[in-house]
Amino acid sequence: MNEAAGTEQGGAREVAIRVRGLTVGFGEKLIMDGLDLDVYRGEVLGFVGASGVGKSVLTRTILGLVRKRKGSIEVFGRNLDELSFEQRRAIERRWGVLFQHGALFSALTVKQNVQVPMREYLSLSDRLLDELAMLKIALVGLKPDAADKYPSELSGGMIKRAALARALALDPDVLFLDEPTSGLDPIGAGEFDELIGTLQKTLGLTVFMVTHDLDSLYSICDRVAALADRKVIEAGPIDQLLASEHPWLRAYFHGQRGERLHLAYQATRG
Amino acid sequence: MAREPQLSVTRSDAAARASLSGSWVVTAAEAAEAAAARLTQEARAARSVSIDLSGVARLDTAGAWIIDRARQELAAGGASVAYAGASAAHETLIAEAQYRVFETPERPRVGPLMGFLSDIGLSVVGFGRDLAHGVEFLGQVVRAIGVALLNPSHIRLASLVHHLENFGFRSVPIIALISFLVGAIVAQQGIFQLQNFGATHFAVDLVGLISLRELGVLLAAIMMAGRSGSAITAEIGSMKMREEIDAMRVMGLDPVELLIAPRILSLMIALPMLTFIADMAAIFGALIVSVTYGGLSPEIFFARLRTAIGLNTFLVGLIKAPFMALVTGIIASVEGLDVQGSAESLGRQVTASVVKAIFMVILVDGLFAMFFAAIKY
Repeated sequence: MNEAAGTEQGGAREVAIRVRGLTVGFGEKLIMDGLDLDVYRGEVLGFVGASGVGKSVLTRTILGLVRKRKGSIEVFGRNLDELSFEQRRAIERRWGVLFQHGALFSALTVKQNVQVPMREYLSLSDRLLDELAMLKIALVGLKPDAADKYPSELSGGMIKRAALARALALDPDVLFLDEPTSGLDPIGAGEFDELIGTLQKTLGLTVFMVTHDLDSLYSICDRVAALADRKVIEAGPIDQLLASEHPWLRAYFHGQRGERLHLAYQATRG
Repeated sequence: MAREPQLSVTRSDAAARASLSGSWVVTAAEAAEAAAARLTQEARAARSVSIDLSGVARLDTAGAWIIDRARQELAAGGASVAYAGASAAHETLIAEAQYRVFETPERPRVGPLMGFLSDIGLSVVGFGRDLAHGVEFLGQVVRAIGVALLNPSHIRLASLVHHLENFGFRSVPIIALISFLVGAIVAQQGIFQLQNFGATHFAVDLVGLISLRELGVLLAAIMMAGRSGSAITAEIGSMKMREEIDAMRVMGLDPVELLIAPRILSLMIALPMLTFIADMAAIFGALIVSVTYGGLSPEIFFARLRTAIGLNTFLVGLIKAPFMALVTGIIASVEGLDVQGSAESLGRQVTASVVKAIFMVILVDGLFAMFFAAIKY
């Protein structure tokens, strides 16, 4: 899993998640119609789109929380529809999910939250269970005394960090982040981006990040995919999206807020 | 590809060389821990130890943690320990997941006796606080209802009707059914026991008095506590959890007036009506059993009933209903407002709401029994 991080620039890149012809709808309304998307191994893919366009729905469809009407989803080269229950469980163990609002179990402390997947899936000694949970809590930048707190006693930023620690509990290969920096102050958001970047590099993670945060796109994403008109309209390095002529992308990247960042981004690159 | 973590240690005098191979990942943590324990065991006496990672196929934070733990344990024993052959990725991983001891502040410990005593103390204080809370709350509710009655435009008619439907109309079938069954059972028992004295028809007196005075209203009130009280606690509790109550307060809206008064008012309107339905259903159950099992004709049944009960018998039951509804509503609302952040706390408050409400309903019934006995009603 770590080697993947080093081979990013290799010729044929390994695909971690391959979505083909995905169609999802609720009732009469189609959210996605024949959507294609590749997430390469070891990259950070930023996923953008207007509010309500179905970014979270796509994440939830890949995770199996929303039913799809048509199309195929392959994770690590295996079609999710063709897996037995056990195989599917094995795949689920290799991904970690950070929900938008953390989704920590409110009746458990932070440490217990992190230990839930470890306890369910692995047989670890009590000592190791404790130590690993504390390690993950330290990795995401929480102080040790946060470990015995309940989610209701944490601030928004701490909840995100604790939820990230839980997502990392089983050392997943793929990390799904649903708006990880929403609701954080700019300093906290910057730190969180940095944290995800560091973790991605050291742990060799593949990161699928739904975000609205332009800063995150510029600072840590290797590629960016944009969702509009029920399809992925553009996917590639950020420069490719900046050059795109699609009206929504132009408005997004070259609107008032976007343009400021764009100029700053160009300035840093000289 | 998922080979077990493996270890081979070669010793030469004071130096030891440990070669690690296989997958040192969290899914093989047990084997990894065992191998690491073997490493510290076998290399303990060595002065210098080199840990060779070149054979490691996969490494994650758990594996790095276990390896580094073994290294530091050896180092603590006085050996100089170094890594060899680690790839760049493994090196950063080991640096990131370096073994360290996490200091968590100790929680104060109390002995079992002290714990027991403090639990008793806490629950007494809690009961006192509940009582004070309830009385304070009663004042607020009465004020809100009073204000609403004085300015009828303040009555939230839509919300009142909505709650009346939920708490009243929709509980009609279940309350009618259980009252019917209990009435039938009491009649059957009465007939069965009184047969020995040839006084079968007195069973009608028994059922008439007991259903109208006690059973109808009790069954309806207990059902209401279980069905509507729990719903009120859950509704208000989850609104509290999601800061909806706080949102109302900062908008200058009074949650008591907006949320709680209509609910309690509708309980107080609904329970007397439900009591009436319960009374009728119980008597109907008794009638069916008397006719089919006791061999009484309906005419005799009604004649007996008319001599046994008066309007006051019926009113005794009915008067109690609004008070029971008030108690249930107040307990349900107070418990709902006490909900803290977690889902567990919501569950606890709903349970507490139902248990306390049923207890208080029975207590109120007892107080009324003493009162009616005193005034010989």
